[in-house]
Amino acid sequence: MIKLFKVKEKQREIAENANGKTPVKKQSAGELRLHKDISELNLPKTCSITFPNGKDDLMNFEVSIRPDEGYYLGGTFVFTFQVSPIYPHEAPKVKCKTKVYHPNIDLEGNVCLNILREDWKPVLNINTIIYGLFHLFTQPNYEDPLNHEAAAVLRDNPKLFESNVRRAMAGGYVGQTFFIRCI
Amino acid sequence: MAGTAASPSRSRDLDKLLLRPGNLVGPTFEPGTELRDDLQEYARILVVGAGGLGCELLKDLALSGFKNLEVIDMDRIEVSNLNRQFLFRVEDVGKPKAEVAAKRVMERVSGVNIVPHFCRIEDKEIEFYNDFNIIVLGLDSIEARSYINSVACSFLEYDSDDKPREETIKPMVDGGTEGFKGHARVIVPGVTPCFECTIWLFPPQVKFPLCTLAETPRTAAHCIEYAHLIKWDEVHSGKAFDPDDPEHMKWVFSEAVKRAELFGIPGVTYSLTQGVVKNIIPAIASTNAIISAACALETLKIASGCSKTLSNYLTYNGVEGLHIKVTEFVKDKDCLVCGPGVLIELDTSVTLEKFINLLEEHPNLQLSKASVTYRGKNLYMQAPPVLEEMTRSNLSLPLYDLMDKVAKDVIHVTGTTGKNDKKTSCLRKLRVVFKGVDGVTDMDMAGGA
Ligand SMILES: [Zn+2]
Repeated sequence: MIKLFKVKEKQREIAENANGKTPVKKQSAGELRLHKDISELNLPKTCSITFPNGKDDLMNFEVSIRPDEGYYLGGTFVFTFQVSPIYPHEAPKVKCKTKVYHPNIDLEGNVCLNILREDWKPVLNINTIIYGLFHLFTQPNYEDPLNHEAAAVLRDNPKLFESNVRRAMAGGYVGQTFFIRCI
Repeated sequence: MAGTAASPSRSRDLDKLLLRPGNLVGPTFEPGTELRDDLQEYARILVVGAGGLGCELLKDLALSGFKNLEVIDMDRIEVSNLNRQFLFRVEDVGKPKAEVAAKRVMERVSGVNIVPHFCRIEDKEIEFYNDFNIIVLGLDSIEARSYINSVACSFLEYDSDDKPREETIKPMVDGGTEGFKGHARVIVPGVTPCFECTIWLFPPQVKFPLCTLAETPRTAAHCIEYAHLIKWDEVHSGKAFDPDDPEHMKWVFSEAVKRAELFGIPGVTYSLTQGVVKNIIPAIASTNAIISAACALETLKIASGCSKTLSNYLTYNGVEGLHIKVTEFVKDKDCLVCGPGVLIELDTSVTLEKFINLLEEHPNLQLSKASVTYRGKNLYMQAPPVLEEMTRSNLSLPLYDLMDKVAKDVIHVTGTTGKNDKKTSCLRKLRVVFKGVDGVTDMDMAGGA
């Protein structure tokens, strides 16, 4: 290809005297796939999505979940999504912004949901994750604990677990931990 | 016989390749001293990464007769690099890798000029990359490869018959190693598969369940990931962990050690901590040397045509015995990054709404309910309702105006295609050309540069 390089080098020297090109924004393959996911979202009425940085930043968004049954009925829980440029090769990073008393979500907002980590596959999408998160509220499980204490209470004393959840959602202390009202 | 008087013994072996005709040469090969001189004068090569592979690549390319090299790397030298990144000395610790690597190779190989760039690859303008004839990658991350690939493919243009225009092709040579394994590949955008066509070749990173890390750690890696993913947030509320900050890494290491002691788990070391957190398998100097040699030779072959190039993916495995295999992967013809996309000609008066309707009627597309995105601007979104509302007002505007009045460019659309009763969703690349606008030739953009 050296002949071609030679021609190009000559062109480059000429171009250097001409005006520069306008800077170009690159759209990563991950951004494009995410565009597809988002434009095909089909959310249950209990979930809604917002884009804090406006319509042109789809890589960072928030999902609010308002469970319509179970222990967490009436609460609103906000999750932040951070999507990588190599999505869907890599799962989005998801954190729970609302402090919640939950066996599978710790007080820092880390979420134990298999499809966010060990079971992520590129065929899954944002819709699947939101449904997965929704299920955590209708079916919290004590077998994959991130909040060890909450998990133990759910396992040994579901009635106490229920009242702890109500107290946390109403805004108040469970043990030493204060929860902000989210109803 | 010795070479010509102008070329001392250093290029004698190279001359055997470049000055004599052969049977296995590339299609455009023209042997002779002009070729050798042109390679030195006109071939401009960028090496991305100045780590284990990058050091080898710079040395190999300089010794292969290339004189115009540049290298880009954002890292500074660490003590743990010194065992294999042979251009660095103890007194270089803390200095930028790109600068030291360039200096050391220039000291040893006379006549070569290496320009270092101590910055992130994203910090450079896209046009910076267009100045090079070949981009050689010595990287350890998928993200960085994906980025460079999308930049190189963005220079590619197709003609109206969907054939790539040769002068817009930016070849890449990609090397990678993990322990005793490695790969070398030649990417000629528009001709051979690009990185994105075959991203599935990279195994996904192993991710442990968070509850395992929190509750039942069994390995040293579990303890490290606990410190990195859970403990860090607990202690540094709100402050993001930076894997490139040595202080952060040391903190994670010391917490991982505490965790490992608590559960009686052996094996947490600082280098393992770095490896787990950055998803890096320890590099082996000789594997780097083998892969780099293959990459440098392919670079020489692409530039000179002195032999056919690797077609197109070499894997090297020295774990059990020694296995080398070359696989010819095929392009994804619908690749969003390197593919031609579907050519669409429009009048400048066509509104976004009309455009969306046209996509449904287009014989090659039949795409209904399209959402449209252009260079990171979402022009119209069918869902969710919040975005539909924000983009609805664009529907009545001319697409030409929404695309900043450029005569031709790439645009992406998502929608559903229906054959018979089966609806499938799809994401397509389109080359939009506006009729009757100055600057339009019969040649069209491929990548959106
Ligand atoms: Zn491709």
